[in-house]
Amino acid sequence: MNDDHGSVFDGLIGGDSAQWAFGTDFEDPLAGVDTTVPDGVDHAELAAYCLMLGDDALIMSQRLSEWCSRAPDLEEDIALANIALDLLGQARLLLARAAAADPVVVPALPEGSPVPAEDALAFFRDAGQFGNVRLAEVANGDFAHVIVRLLLFSVSRLALLERLRASIDTVLAHVAAKGVKELTYHRDWAARWFLTLAGGTEESRRRLVTALGDLWPYQPELVATHPVELSLARAGVGVDPATTRAEVDGILDQVFAMSGVARPDRPPLEGEGGRTGRHGTHTEALSGLLAEMQVVARAHPSGRW
Amino acid sequence: MSADRREWPLYEVFVRGKRGLNHVHVGSLHAPDDAMALRHARDVYTRRNEGVSIWVVRTDAITASSPDEKDPLFAPNGDKVYRHPTFYEIPENVPHM
Repeated sequence: MNDDHGSVFDGLIGGDSAQWAFGTDFEDPLAGVDTTVPDGVDHAELAAYCLMLGDDALIMSQRLSEWCSRAPDLEEDIALANIALDLLGQARLLLARAAAADPVVVPALPEGSPVPAEDALAFFRDAGQFGNVRLAEVANGDFAHVIVRLLLFSVSRLALLERLRASIDTVLAHVAAKGVKELTYHRDWAARWFLTLAGGTEESRRRLVTALGDLWPYQPELVATHPVELSLARAGVGVDPATTRAEVDGILDQVFAMSGVARPDRPPLEGEGGRTGRHGTHTEALSGLLAEMQVVARAHPSGRW
Repeated sequence: MSADRREWPLYEVFVRGKRGLNHVHVGSLHAPDDAMALRHARDVYTRRNEGVSIWVVRTDAITASSPDEKDPLFAPNGDKVYRHPTFYEIPENVPHM
């Protein structure tokens, strides 16, 4: 290390460093945001809600990350990794918000463990404590599969976050505002690829239609309402996903019409006794995903990263 | 591999930085069409917050000078020092000269 130049990372911190050709200007998404929970809001409900939205992003991010080095081209590989990182960023903010709203949700770690609350929530909860929709956890398939999954996910999440920007919880409002810009790109990217695959070759179209049929039963859960979502929507904190249904259907129908693909006619995947992903009732796929994602952190519960 | 598989065309990417005055060539990539090329360029070349504007153009749309033409094109300028504005005083408040 040359003392004259300090750390090689110095330039990443300030926005005016001349050593980077294009500058840096990184922003803290929550800079200056009031983090107190608004009066009258149930802390436990707020935490549960943040975990639902955070777990959607975390689990989806993990599945997208599995594509790293496996996409058909280098450019798509990077695109999928970028999208995964966007969602991971949303997950971090939301899990941290859940921990701040109600510390009870954070799993206990050995005394003195330096693991932050957001990491404890990501790595030390079991499948039954995750509140993500099941679409996010389904095992990966081919490239058409990830395009369909991302299209269904981003259309709904964008519609939800657009409304969540009006939340009386300023942290949620800011997370939503940041996420809207990201999801707008994810949706655009997925929709373009949907059209490309639909209008490509017989084989690409066959794979797309197969993937759409396979994933369609998971779609209704994206616009279903959990009691916590309803309660917080009434309090002005959250959004009832059912209010996005018309918009989501309209956008999907538009994509289907442009690509000449029929809207699938498959029944929703029922939960067990009415319990779905939002209630912590998941498919077997989630356990396998978590085992891989959590193994290192769990082996070192007092580890410093 | 089916007969339908074709190579995507190559594109050249130009990015204008936050404080940059003009677009600078940053590299090249493959894409199925112009619109996707722009998105690929965003993903590949502006991940570290580098840019505020992107141009992409198909590589085969660029006409380039040949190394063989180096002497007739550029050598005649080598001894014409008076074409550089080094004989002028540039006022301090004129930027970007």
